Amino acid sequence: MTEDDLDRNRRHFLTVATLATGAVGAAMVAVPFLSSLQPSARAQALGAPVEVPLGSLQPGEMIRVLWRGKLVFVLRRDEKMLAGLPGVVDDLRDPNSEVAEQQPEYAANDTRSVKPEYLVVEGSCTHLGCAPLEDFEVRPAEGWGGGFFCPCHGSKFDLAGRVYKGVPAPTNLRVPPYRFVSDELILIGQDTGAA
Amino acid sequence: MSRIEAEVGKPKGGLMKWIDDRFPLTKTMEHHVTKYYASKNFNWWYVFGVLAMVVLVIQLLTGIFLTMNYKPSAADAFASVEYIMRDVEWGWLIRYMHSTGASFFFIVVYLHMFRAMLYGSYKKPRELIWLIGMLIFLVLMAEAFAGYLLPWGQMSYWGAQVIISLFGAIPVVGDALVEIIRGDYSISDITLNRFFALHVIVLPLALIGLIFVHIVALHEVGSNNPDGIDIKKHKDENGKPLDGVAFHPYHTSKDLVGIIVFLMIFSAVVFFAPDMGGYFLEHANFEPANVTATPEHIAPVWYFTPYYAILRAVPDKFWGFVLFALAVILPIFLPWLDRARVRSIRYRGWMYKSALTVFVITFLSLLVLGLAPAEGVYVILARIFSVLYFAFFLLMPYYTSRDKTKPLPDRVVYHD
Amino acid sequence: MIDFKNIASVLALSACFIASPGLAAGGGAHLEPSGIDPDNISSLQRGARNFMNYCSGCHSAQYVRFNTIGKHLGLSDEQLADNLMFNAEKTFETIQAAMPAEDAARWYGTAPPDMSLMARAKGADYVYNFLKGFYVSEESPTGVNNVVLAGTSMPHVLWELQGYQTAYFEEHENEDGSVTSTFKGFEQLSAGSMDAETFDEFVRDTVNFLAYIAEPVRSDRRKLGVWVLMFLIFFYILAAQLKKAIWKDVS
Repeated sequence: MTEDDLDRNRRHFLTVATLATGAVGAAMVAVPFLSSLQPSARAQALGAPVEVPLGSLQPGEMIRVLWRGKLVFVLRRDEKMLAGLPGVVDDLRDPNSEVAEQQPEYAANDTRSVKPEYLVVEGSCTHLGCAPLEDFEVRPAEGWGGGFFCPCHGSKFDLAGRVYKGVPAPTNLRVPPYRFVSDELILIGQDTGAA
Repeated sequence: MSRIEAEVGKPKGGLMKWIDDRFPLTKTMEHHVTKYYASKNFNWWYVFGVLAMVVLVIQLLTGIFLTMNYKPSAADAFASVEYIMRDVEWGWLIRYMHSTGASFFFIVVYLHMFRAMLYGSYKKPRELIWLIGMLIFLVLMAEAFAGYLLPWGQMSYWGAQVIISLFGAIPVVGDALVEIIRGDYSISDITLNRFFALHVIVLPLALIGLIFVHIVALHEVGSNNPDGIDIKKHKDENGKPLDGVAFHPYHTSKDLVGIIVFLMIFSAVVFFAPDMGGYFLEHANFEPANVTATPEHIAPVWYFTPYYAILRAVPDKFWGFVLFALAVILPIFLPWLDRARVRSIRYRGWMYKSALTVFVITFLSLLVLGLAPAEGVYVILARIFSVLYFAFFLLMPYYTSRDKTKPLPDRVVYHD
Repeated sequence: MIDFKNIASVLALSACFIASPGLAAGGGAHLEPSGIDPDNISSLQRGARNFMNYCSGCHSAQYVRFNTIGKHLGLSDEQLADNLMFNAEKTFETIQAAMPAEDAARWYGTAPPDMSLMARAKGADYVYNFLKGFYVSEESPTGVNNVVLAGTSMPHVLWELQGYQTAYFEEHENEDGSVTSTFKGFEQLSAGSMDAETFDEFVRDTVNFLAYIAEPVRSDRRKLGVWVLMFLIFFYILAAQLKKAIWKDVS
């Protein structure tokens, strides 16, 4: 090897080494900036789980709460409502909750809930996000078994939040993570162990 | 022994040709980087231009991420800064980089300007580069001033109050001007919002535009060098200056070293002394702005204090303002005040060397005096140094024409 | 390039930095150093307890979350709840004062300031000396005054621990007829439950905690700084070698 060759090899090695180190440095600098885009401590505080006491909720009644800025419906279904659920199955797009993203596994059942009596579901139409309206009145003549109706584009959901066929909404209403702290208290936003 | 030439000029296929047929990419790269020749004998005074660009990038990047979380209202601004410092992931680092960057911007720019004074980089044919540079300096001062109001701390508020009131000293239009700047009858939420717009959009755009023009003007004429001689006088058979080396890879590799050293100093401050004893992050600014209580001791941030010292040295509101403005503006005229027939201090006589030394001591002393209370012996010293400051410029035509200069070399002086 | 101009500049700059602390100090009583150790976790834990028990009745620390304190001081959620969280329920909550701000402003003439940044705004030494600086004064509505902040509306909250002291001053008449009072020292009037040394440590722990909440990230930032500098030194060596290799044939 001539001296020129040695020099050229050394330059090449050093160039690669320096550029590689620079690239690593640049990546390390990028980390804090990109991380800062994540939800901050305040967002996490504001997005904390929400407690919903059930003591005053009567059968057939529904309350609305906010969790992470989203509307959540808590509906205490009465006997008639629960009895009517199997009957509408043939008209539903996803009666067995097979689209996994729309509910935690403990809500992938016939009542889409932890306990059959209480439905906890996000009040956001899965079409384009409007807030569906309550329509619990059963009107057999229209073939309406009760549920939710979205005023924006006419999507319909049953009393378990399941979407009907033939409407713009593609999937069932989302069930958020939640758990029963006691018989009278649910915690929306958390489904495991300690607070 | 052959010089390294970056591999350009070969026939290009594919993507490069497609682009070059539609956009002067290779031409621009060659003209400004790979075939731009600058003197081989640059010393470390020449790194501050590129460092200024590095700091600009740091400020823009950190600034963007700060604006994502900052709230420009009097009610929320202070709290939003604490939100960034405590609740936003890595917010503290982004904030400290921005506050440190602000001070380092001025350190770098002052040293960059000083290089021009050492080597006559403002002299013909580079007067326009100097003028654009002075404009950049003025815009930078405005940018820093607007930015400083944003945390809405005690010093933010009262510092702005003092400086904006200064403009009231201008006869006839003064009071109207002050009201227009503030947008209100006193510094308020309205002022804060508009200073936010200035600091985030208007002035950065102006800065970027001016810096672009600054570099174009430089490349049109070619860089100066520590000997102040023209390297284009002696070229080889290919038209390349004998004393020049291609900007890439020679000056890029050298500047990289300078940039890393800068980043080490910058990081040492960011991670170990972001307050810098109260000079980079002032103590009083950790208290939210209180309209009813002026802090005991108001001073502008350290990088404005040389001019502030001159302002205070004059016991008259109007004339103080005039001399303050003059002190900032006077350097603009250096290309015409300086009558020497050589550029670089290396070939100047004892008069200029002494004058420049005195100027450095004067500038630094005024800086320190501007931070001190205007009492006792400090007042007299501020007056003496103010006189010396103006003398440097106003007497320059005299001492630079009479100074005995040394003969210039034909080729640059280069040491390994 | 080293020449006398560079040296002169560096010297002048250093002289300025050396001189300036003296310039910046200004007037006010001499402040005894607080002696806080920011890395002493048990001191910080005691300081947290002190703050919540003696200060948070009136003073909020509105930017400080309990879970942040827990993380840095090694306290579990139970420990936070049992020892520090009197009014708060969730650990993500911030430290609020028990006394409503408007009432406090009415009763004391001015709202007790928030403590999140006090140690950074005034300095740890200032707060340390302030808490130790209360003395009996008949003219004051609270019965006390303070050598660090004359005319303070704050009562002597720690009187049970420190006891009461008087302060004596030396009067000096100036040329223009005005009188300057210089603080000379304290004299203990009645004992508190703590002796002087124990009380000093109590105040030191509290000030240590205040310094911590003013910048909770301090310890992390210094640790990270070491790694950053080490990386840059490594990067510097490579870049310097590369520069030399590229410039080798330049003469």
